[in-house]
Amino acid sequence: MSISRREFLRLAGLSTIIGLGGKTAFDLLFPGELEAQLLAAPGALTAKRWAMVVDMRKLDEATAKKCVEACHRIHNVPNFAQPNNPQDALPPELIVRREVKWIWTDHYHNAFPGQEQEHGQERLNSLPFLVLCNHCDNPPCVRVCPTKATFRRADGIVMMDMHRCIGCRYCMAGCPFGARSFNWRDPRPFIKEVNQSYPTREIGVVEKCTFCTERLAVGLMPACVEASKGALVFGDLSDPKSKVREQLRTQFTIRRKAHLGTNPQVYYIV
Amino acid sequence: MSKQYKNEFGVFAERPTVEKKIYDRFPILVGVVIFFVLVTLPLWQNVGKAVPVPQPKLDTPAIQKLAEKDRKCVEPTAYMRANHMLLLVDWREDVVRQGGHDFASPDGKKYVASLSNTCLECHSNKTQFCDQCHNYVAVTPTCWGCHLDREKKVAEAK
Repeated sequence: MSISRREFLRLAGLSTIIGLGGKTAFDLLFPGELEAQLLAAPGALTAKRWAMVVDMRKLDEATAKKCVEACHRIHNVPNFAQPNNPQDALPPELIVRREVKWIWTDHYHNAFPGQEQEHGQERLNSLPFLVLCNHCDNPPCVRVCPTKATFRRADGIVMMDMHRCIGCRYCMAGCPFGARSFNWRDPRPFIKEVNQSYPTREIGVVEKCTFCTERLAVGLMPACVEASKGALVFGDLSDPKSKVREQLRTQFTIRRKAHLGTNPQVYYIV
Repeated sequence: MSKQYKNEFGVFAERPTVEKKIYDRFPILVGVVIFFVLVTLPLWQNVGKAVPVPQPKLDTPAIQKLAEKDRKCVEPTAYMRANHMLLLVDWREDVVRQGGHDFASPDGKKYVASLSNTCLECHSNKTQFCDQCHNYVAVTPTCWGCHLDREKKVAEAK
């Protein structure tokens, strides 16, 4: 049986129309029937670009300590200096070497190397600078990660997917802020009160601050911000009316190692 | 005269005979028997023993509390039985990488997508419900290296 050119073109056109229309028709007639799927919770805090401002004028030693404790307690971060079982006690040098930290305090000359000067900064030298992952706009840890376990979310948060982490520690080499810690051993024997609603980590993965993505998803501010009594300001950098932008507009702020080009998004009022 | 034997090397008086016997027959046979027994040892150990088919139970306090009509999982039971691992992988990808936290089941009910906080809320009997089948089919999921099971807490409370 032969087919004329005219007949062939007509059939091809018809089947194209049916093919294109099929899925649209299905979607119209049975909306959402194809698959159950995950949606962002309605109460979640969202932003185009999350950022943090640390107001060092309001942050004293005790508040800083509370911020660190709140974060580490909620996220099941181990404290290797305090084993649950005395048999697991580590020698002092290993407590330092294997430390896991998401947020911690540091001296000015460590947090802002190259910006220290001999005179005129006496006040800064005694301040407990609260340092954490800077959630850089141009994060080197994301670029070097071979498995995309570390990735940058659309809202700017540099997030870790522990399921993909193979423990190569390239990200630790890439991060100029020392914000990442490697789990040299099982952290569970060193977690005093386990928060049942958040996972721990296991041996062989790298971890860091996630700007409390799990809390933002249910409409809560990050744990450190909540514990800081107003010394930490967290908000949307792309919203001109946000608290973060207001602070940046009215105060002079500095960032850690901004000259390296990673574009850190944690700002310090000193 | 006996029958002559001929091959490519010439004609011979008779066919050469080779003695047909196994040298050192006794130790070799003993060795073969020992080898055979050792290799099949796992079979012998389990002979006559029937491994019970796992029967995951739904008698946890959280499920007992629910009304009869509410006692259903996030997806139909048959789907969950076959595909729970795929569902969990989907949840994992969506929660960690896409930032979605709410799971809408086919019947429209909403759940928080979380292994420890949603699945184990009802199925608090992890050893009975999860491990039993996983052991039966010899799979070891790596979930529990990080994700906490609530079982210990339940056991202590009793």
